Amino acid sequence: MSTSVARLPIVVPRGRAAPSEPRAVRWLLIGTATAFLGLFLLLPLLTIFAQAFEKGTAAYCSALAHPDTLKAIRLTLLAALVCVPAGTLFGIAAAWAIAKFDFAGKNLLVTLVDLPLSVSPVVAGLLFVLLFGRFGVLGPWLEAHGVRIIFAVPGIFLATLFVTCPFVARELIPLMQAQGIEEEEAARALGAGGWQIFRRVTLPNIKWGLLYGVILCNARAMGEFGAVAVVSANVRGLTSTMTLHIDDLYNEDITAAFAVASLLALLGVVTLVAKSLVEWRVARQMAQAEAL
Amino acid sequence: MSIEVQHISKTFGTFAALHDVSLTVQTGELVALLGPSGSGKTTLLRIIAGLEQPDPASGPILFHDEDVARRDVGSRQVGFVFQHYALFRHMTVFENVAFGLRVRPRRLRPGRNLIKFKVLRLLKLVQLEALAIRYPNQLSGGQRQRVALARALAIEPKVLLLDEPFGALDARVRQELRQWLRRLHDEIHLTSVFVTHDQDEAMELADRVLVMNQGRIEQIGTPDVVFHHPQTEFVMNFLGQVNVFHGRLQDGKVHFASVTVDPPDPVRVQDQPVKVFVRPHDFEIQPQQNGSPCIRAVVQRIHSAGPNVRLDLVAESGEHLHAEMAQDRFRALQITVDSQVFVTPREVKVFTDQG
Repeated sequence: MSTSVARLPIVVPRGRAAPSEPRAVRWLLIGTATAFLGLFLLLPLLTIFAQAFEKGTAAYCSALAHPDTLKAIRLTLLAALVCVPAGTLFGIAAAWAIAKFDFAGKNLLVTLVDLPLSVSPVVAGLLFVLLFGRFGVLGPWLEAHGVRIIFAVPGIFLATLFVTCPFVARELIPLMQAQGIEEEEAARALGAGGWQIFRRVTLPNIKWGLLYGVILCNARAMGEFGAVAVVSANVRGLTSTMTLHIDDLYNEDITAAFAVASLLALLGVVTLVAKSLVEWRVARQMAQAEAL
Repeated sequence: MSIEVQHISKTFGTFAALHDVSLTVQTGELVALLGPSGSGKTTLLRIIAGLEQPDPASGPILFHDEDVARRDVGSRQVGFVFQHYALFRHMTVFENVAFGLRVRPRRLRPGRNLIKFKVLRLLKLVQLEALAIRYPNQLSGGQRQRVALARALAIEPKVLLLDEPFGALDARVRQELRQWLRRLHDEIHLTSVFVTHDQDEAMELADRVLVMNQGRIEQIGTPDVVFHHPQTEFVMNFLGQVNVFHGRLQDGKVHFASVTVDPPDPVRVQDQPVKVFVRPHDFEIQPQQNGSPCIRAVVQRIHSAGPNVRLDLVAESGEHLHAEMAQDRFRALQITVDSQVFVTPREVKVFTDQG
């Protein structure tokens, strides 16, 4: 029983029966897919690196070593460091509740988990501005207590958390539902406590799905632009993340912008590779779970 | 340790899984909860275990006169064996069996060597010592079930509860494990309750059988009593093969399928329509009439493969009959398809339409 629209990792089946399409059609389809990938993925990637090194390696390094850039990198890393664990905890809790328990409002929770992904990031950012901004709902209260959320670092964390929290949950929900509750019940009957059940039985069973979700969550946390743009004043050196900084630099020093962008591109490549490795393991665990 | 549950009811939403069920299991007894799907037998077992909670108005659940209804499953010290084994897939056989001992609180936990000793001893009991380092997905169904049993026994439970333990296995393995379980029970004398929908299994294994239907207990008794002296229509129908006829109780006699016989017990109720039940082996087949009341019938099919011969017949009055007889009697009678025979019901059971 799958109650969410979580996307399952794509696994290419091997050794299936011979397709019925003629060779020409097959090559046409493969060719189109490759061309598409090449045009929209490889070409931009190569362009980023080409542009970044246009003025030479020295310029590249000095662009990255600039204090504002370093601060932007630091802020992005900090956001990831805060939001990925938080999103992971949320994901584990939500998936656990949805897969193991029956409660009123369960379907609502599943829908809410997907909500941040269906909302435009700009709208998400606006949401926080309307809540915590100076003229927002909680604005006066926050100002009275000297707390700054919007146009300050906490706001960036909140906005990033909002857009990244579904990722771990979406990976774990179908996985934990497929695995069922029997092993946990057996552990209960053998006298194990809640934490023991989680650590010894549940966690080992979901570790690959969890890793997959964390990888995606991290990629999104570091690459978020829209929500963060609305929520931060983009004050250089203070509330500027890498993505915002790139946008900023683009109007001044294109090469430097591409230099910083190359870092994110690198992150993208690393994410893709790690994703593929884990994807394969997750699909295997799912198949095992359904077969048992 | 004895088990006693009193007035247990359980509703899931609007569905009543159990209605006011009470039962007692003596120390060392092996009891079967037998019934079709939806009869509530698994729900009852899980309530005894503590995996489900009965409705608030229910009575106590007593383990040796101590009410454990408020206790969580972990503290009831029951060994539970699941239908689909529920083995920990990422742990070896050894680790699976050792689990219950390893999760004990520190002061109650045995040392590593003691755990190893106990686990290996249990694996020897279930004849799986050679597979200690294998993973569950490397085992056959029968082996997995034995591991599940060893795992449940590791915590030295007072009570063993099995939920359709052999349901997921094929016929041959089921047979072997059935006999093996009975021998094991004779050896360790642990109070055990198991759930099954397979009547052969219940009849063969259990000291006593509890027949359940739609959340209620139909009858409790030894396999012999339940089979030969069914108290309700459901029990008669559910156990073994049976022929069912619509008949009439009139003037102290039972009329059905163009034959009239004496009722099994003295008649105390008024004339009314009744259901008449006859077991296949209670139909006596004769080539000629012999004076006793009989039904004229024609043989349609003969199933001679098996310990007994089974016959499908059609009565003169149109009813379909199923009869059973020993192989040598069949050979002596020399019956063939389409031959006409005379069928005498030796023993009938009568249930009024109220059950």
